Amino acid sequence: MGKGWCLFFLFWPVAAVVSCAMAPMVGWSFPYDNAQAASNLGIRIDGLFYLILLVTAVVFVGTQAVLVYALWRGSNNRDERATYTHGNHKLELIWSIIPGVILLFLALYQMNLWADFRIKKYFPEAAVKAPIAEVTARQFEWRFRYPAIGKKLQPKPQADDLYSVNELHVPFGKPVMIQLRSEDVQHSFFLPALRIKQDALPGLQIPVWFEANKEGVYDLVCAELCGWGHYKMKAHVIVESEADYQNYLKNLTQQQFYDGLGKIAANENDSESEATEK
Amino acid sequence: MSVVHPSPTGLQPILKPQAHHAPGNFFTKYIFSTDHKIIAIQFLFTTLLMLIVGGALALAVRWQLAFPWESMPIVGPWLFSAEAGQISPEFYTMLFTMHATVMIFLVIIPILAGTFGNLLIPLMIGADDMAFPKLNMLSYWFIWPAIICFGMSFAYAGGPAAGWTAYPVLADLAQAAPGSGTAQTLWLLGVTFVGFSSMMGSINYMTTIINMRAPGMTFFRLPLTIWGLFITAILQAFALPVLTAGGFMQVTDRLLGTCFFYPSGLIINNADPTIGGGQPLLWQHLFWFYSHPAVYIMLLPVMGMISDMLSCMVRKPIFGYRPMIFSMSAIASLGFIVWGHHMFTSGMNPAVGMAFMVATMMIALPSAVKTFNWTATVWGGKVEFNTVTLNCIGFLSMFVVGGLSGIFMAAIPVDVYFHDTYFIVAHFHYVLFGATLFGVFAGIQFWFPKMFGRMMNEKLGKTHFLLTFIGANGTFFPMHFLGMQGMPRRYADPYLHGYLEHLLPMNQFMTISAILMGSAQILLFINIFYSMFFGPKAGRNPWNATTLEWTAPSPPPHGNFDEPPIIFHGPNEYAVHNGDKDFLLQTEKECEPPKPSDSETENNTDNDQETSS
Ligand code: HEM
Ligand SMILES: [Cu+2]
Ligand SMILES: [Cu+2]
Repeated sequence: MGKGWCLFFLFWPVAAVVSCAMAPMVGWSFPYDNAQAASNLGIRIDGLFYLILLVTAVVFVGTQAVLVYALWRGSNNRDERATYTHGNHKLELIWSIIPGVILLFLALYQMNLWADFRIKKYFPEAAVKAPIAEVTARQFEWRFRYPAIGKKLQPKPQADDLYSVNELHVPFGKPVMIQLRSEDVQHSFFLPALRIKQDALPGLQIPVWFEANKEGVYDLVCAELCGWGHYKMKAHVIVESEADYQNYLKNLTQQQFYDGLGKIAANENDSESEATEK
Repeated sequence: MSVVHPSPTGLQPILKPQAHHAPGNFFTKYIFSTDHKIIAIQFLFTTLLMLIVGGALALAVRWQLAFPWESMPIVGPWLFSAEAGQISPEFYTMLFTMHATVMIFLVIIPILAGTFGNLLIPLMIGADDMAFPKLNMLSYWFIWPAIICFGMSFAYAGGPAAGWTAYPVLADLAQAAPGSGTAQTLWLLGVTFVGFSSMMGSINYMTTIINMRAPGMTFFRLPLTIWGLFITAILQAFALPVLTAGGFMQVTDRLLGTCFFYPSGLIINNADPTIGGGQPLLWQHLFWFYSHPAVYIMLLPVMGMISDMLSCMVRKPIFGYRPMIFSMSAIASLGFIVWGHHMFTSGMNPAVGMAFMVATMMIALPSAVKTFNWTATVWGGKVEFNTVTLNCIGFLSMFVVGGLSGIFMAAIPVDVYFHDTYFIVAHFHYVLFGATLFGVFAGIQFWFPKMFGRMMNEKLGKTHFLLTFIGANGTFFPMHFLGMQGMPRRYADPYLHGYLEHLLPMNQFMTISAILMGSAQILLFINIFYSMFFGPKAGRNPWNATTLEWTAPSPPPHGNFDEPPIIFHGPNEYAVHNGDKDFLLQTEKECEPPKPSDSETENNTDNDQETSS
């Protein structure tokens, strides 16, 4: 029966490796077009992922093979006694130093990526200068505040700001930045297609930048438990050409200021229906 | 009868066995017992009961993910007749919150420290009981107020609905969610009670291990199980007060409006709750400062136990005894400076994130060293595939998966994508279920004869292992793929979102595996209760093991040993030539000189020095 168990323990790592290798083909990998991220930064993140996958796969296959082989030999062992040994200093050093070097390499290798991703000093300058919108998460919807056409986003709401709910439009092919905040509890701005995630913390304004490289409609979800309706914070990010984007803003302006007088935007109106629903 | 031997540590061992006093009546013997072995058994049955509760909650969670909004079979119509047996999203939040709470605070932590810590510490170091037997009893009885608080929160107050991490503002303000009212306060109270229980345990364990070792039992002759429990106790003692303080702050926030954890200007349910001035991030720091070390509290004792069991099962000394201790200590100390890896997306200063990232990468190293050492222990051994061996190997293979997925998450840019998705859920289930529970199953089978004087059934044990292992991999491995596809955790209905629609079949497969795994546990319970009464009688040392507990009768009487033991060498002397035996008990002085073919002639009876071959 010992052999049977060895095969049993061999089966699982094989199944794991095969299913991981198959994953991209059968759609078990990252979301969207051939599992390709819709942002350049996202593609770099995927690259890091696959690099680590390679390293861990080698380690995994190696350790499992050795383990199963040792079990196989051990179950064959007809000797009176097992080998008497308390360890081996050299081996101990080897298997501390090699993984240590690999891990240190991985740690240093990703520093640039992280800096570009999150550290404000490294953000694209254009995006930092003109944040495209303020994103406010609340139970259980996303609200977006754009500055009026030709103006800059101000920290405080302005009379001529434009608003939308659960639909964020951004132009593609250029870095954009949003200001993320929460009105009530903690939420998380998660754009799987672009590999972007940032918690929205009550009391803080957190800048997030991204650059979509493809047109499309992408799901925006909430990744931090925010109450019973957490799963239904359903919004879309619509990535379109600069022209379409400008058009959208124009339409929005017209919708909100139809009488052309520029009165204070009635920003609470569109949430009333949501509120009564609760 | 007690000869006082000079203690090698310079400390005077306590050598007055309180043993052999009258057993007292049923009540003092089995209920309010101060005997560490009885307390261990109390912990065992309580935690196994809680395992059933936590498992049932998990199955309910899985039901919803496989058949969203469909009436739960059997219990559904009875539980919520108003909703035609459906799980509501409110109830779903409460389900996974309670599942995690029960599993962590009422199963894994108490079964390790409570059951195995209590059972093994005095027996393995040669003491007659814990240093503070009454405190020990109290540490068991403090589990019950916790269970009552959690139960009341669940059944009467609508259930805590903020996850086991209890992040503010959701958990901090009563208006923020259904179940954020009284239920959440009761939940916090429950956690505090569990905390008291752990704290009493850890003080007891530290004192006992430091002061009550039998003569000759130096620190470097302690079995690795004891090292694991010792380091865990230290972790508890340092980390727990922080959580307790945080918990009190949250309670005062809730009841007195102190606003530690929420800022001003929030609008919740269309009302501005109060003044503010706090920061939700503060809670996250306090919480993870405890809860990150806590994951090692849930792992280190098993690592120690596996070392001893594996070494016995393959009849070889543990490979690299000292490196095993150093790596455990490294894990524990690094464990204190990596809590920030739970907060890479939290809004914490991203530059600080880098420091946490490097520390987290480095913590993978001692874990790797341990894995290599275990594998090397198997190498060249004599393997018999009994239930204990199988569960040890199960531990090893699950731990490798859990450890390797940890590296993805240590890489911050990748973690940002994976954080709060099912990839995380996969990771911690591989570690907590895969590794810890398999270690626990092995431990139950291994030490059962010492606890009850009878052996457990091998056939049942093997079948239980087989089904659990298949079920666990079927349930938890696909979670990696769900995570890669970006499925967030804690979603009552992920299929609402276009990019997740196609995941239903995979979730159904996982649920079926989970049901298989859950049902397999019935075998474990049958095995335990059947063997307790009808299993074959075990002698003192059924496994031919070397550590001290096997020199005592099975089960040991109150006071443990026939006479205070004296220790001559390290804990895992297998593969030696000791007459017709291949092992040397820690209390045995010497054995036949080994054949010249063995390289380490001079070190045969002393593994205080690291030897190389
Ligand atoms: C019977 C086997 C188990 C099954 C089928 C199971 C299933 C699940 C599922 C489906 C979730 C996800 C809930 C969600 O995020 O939507 C979950 C969460 C969790 N489980 Fe388990 N689980 C099992 C055993 C365990 C064990 C033994 C532990 C030990 C500590 C554990 C700890 C956790 C934790 C900490 C969470 C996170 C809960 C949260 O805050 O979202 N589980 N489990
Ligand atoms: Cu949410
Ligand atoms: Cu952690």
